[in-house]
Amino acid sequence: MSAYALFKKDLASEIRTRYAVNSLIMFIVVTISVILFSIGNEKISDFLSGGLFWVVIFFSAMSGLSRAFVSEEERGTTLTLQLIASPTTIFSGKLFFNLILVFAMNIIIALLYSALFNSFVLKNFHLFLYAFILGNIGIAIASTLIASIIAKASSKGTLYPVLSFPILLPLMLTLIDLTKQAMDGTTFQSSYVELAILGCYDVVMIAASFMLFDFIWKD
Amino acid sequence: MSKFELNAEKITKVFGRRLIFKDVDFACKENGIYGISGPNGSGKSTFLKIITGIISPTKGKLTHSFEGKIIEAEQLHNFVGYVAPYVILYDEFSAVENIHFFSKIRGITFTQEKFDFLFQHFGLFDRKDDLVKGYSSGMKQRLKFIFALIHSPKILFFDEPTSNLDNSGKEKVYQTVKEESRDNIVIIASNEDSDLALCSSVLELQNFKIEKR
Repeated sequence: MSAYALFKKDLASEIRTRYAVNSLIMFIVVTISVILFSIGNEKISDFLSGGLFWVVIFFSAMSGLSRAFVSEEERGTTLTLQLIASPTTIFSGKLFFNLILVFAMNIIIALLYSALFNSFVLKNFHLFLYAFILGNIGIAIASTLIASIIAKASSKGTLYPVLSFPILLPLMLTLIDLTKQAMDGTTFQSSYVELAILGCYDVVMIAASFMLFDFIWKD
Repeated sequence: MSKFELNAEKITKVFGRRLIFKDVDFACKENGIYGISGPNGSGKSTFLKIITGIISPTKGKLTHSFEGKIIEAEQLHNFVGYVAPYVILYDEFSAVENIHFFSKIRGITFTQEKFDFLFQHFGLFDRKDDLVKGYSSGMKQRLKFIFALIHSPKILFFDEPTSNLDNSGKEKVYQTVKEESRDNIVIIASNEDSDLALCSSVLELQNFKIEKR
C-alpha cells in the first residue's frame, strides 16, 4: 500500500513536471526519424528491422528511466524519502512507476515502428507479445536498480548507459533473437528456451534488486 | 508517556580517509531535550543521520527500542521526526499535498484536528493550498516542522531548528520543543545559544569525540 502511495506521488509529480515523459517522447521521435532517414528507400532485412526495434527501446530507456532516482537526488528529496519509508517500499514504488513508464513507452514505439517500417511484420504475434512483456519487465527492473546506483554519481548521464549495457546485454540479445523468431513464424515450442531465459532473467534481477537496494539506498 | 530509548555505542564514522568522529557513546533513556553542539564540520549532522538510521556508521552499535522491544531498521522511520536544512519537500506540490502524500507513504492516518492544529500553530493555515515553490525559506522551515510532527513520532531530531525563522517562528519552535519533550525525546543539534539553552544536557562534538558540557 505504501509502495502504491509512492507510485501515486511519482505519477502526480511526473504529470506536473513532465520530467521523464518529455525527454522520452522526444527521444523516441528523434531516434525513429533518424533510422527512417538513414534507411531511405533501401529495403532492410527482417532481422535488422527487429534488431533496430530493440535498439530504439534500449536508448529510449536510457534517456528516461534513470529519472526515478536521479530526479529525487537533483531536487534533494532523497533524504526526505529515507525519512518516510523503508528501502523496500521505495524500491517497489519506483519499480512500479518505471514498469508503467516502460510499458507505455514501448507500446508507443511498437505502434510507431509497425506503422513506419514495412519490413517489421510479425508472423507469430503471440510469441512476440510474450517476449515483449517479459522483456519490458526485465528492462524496468534492471534500469530501476542501475538508476539507484548512479543517482549519487557526478557523471550520471554517461554512467547510466555504460553500466546498463553489460547488464541489459543478455536480455537484449535474447529479445532480438525472439523478435526474429516471431517474424519468421517460429512456434512457441521451438522458442521455449529463449522465453525461459527471459523469465529467469526477470526473477534473478528482481531478487538481486531487493537484496542489494538496502545497501545502495543507505550509503 | 513514551518509553523510547536510543543507545549508540562506540560510533565511528570515516568518509574516505577522513575521520569524522571516533568511539562516540550516546544514550537517551529518558524523555527530555538533549543538545549536540560543535564547530562547523565537526560532524553534528552526520552524527544525527547515523543515530536516525539514515546512514550507517563505519563502526559501532546502534539500537532503538520502544517499550522494551528493539525497533527493526525497516520500521524506524515511523518513530522518527526530523527537521534539518537539508530535508527538502516537494516544490511542485502544495503543503497539504506534501503532508498527505507523506502520510500515505508512511501508511499512517491523522485526525483533521491535528492537521488543522499544526497548520494553525505554525502559521501556514491560510497558505496551505499554495505550491511549496512559492514559499519563503522561513515558511518552508515551518512546513518541515509539520512534516516532522504529523505522525506523532517518539523521537525528534532538530538540526539547526531555528534557521531561517523570524522571532515569532522561533517562539513557536521553542514552544513545540518544550511540549514534545514531555512525552518524547527531543535532540537538538545547533550552535545557537538560545536553542541550546532549552537542553537539559549538551554534548559537545570536538576533536573527533563527544564531551559532556
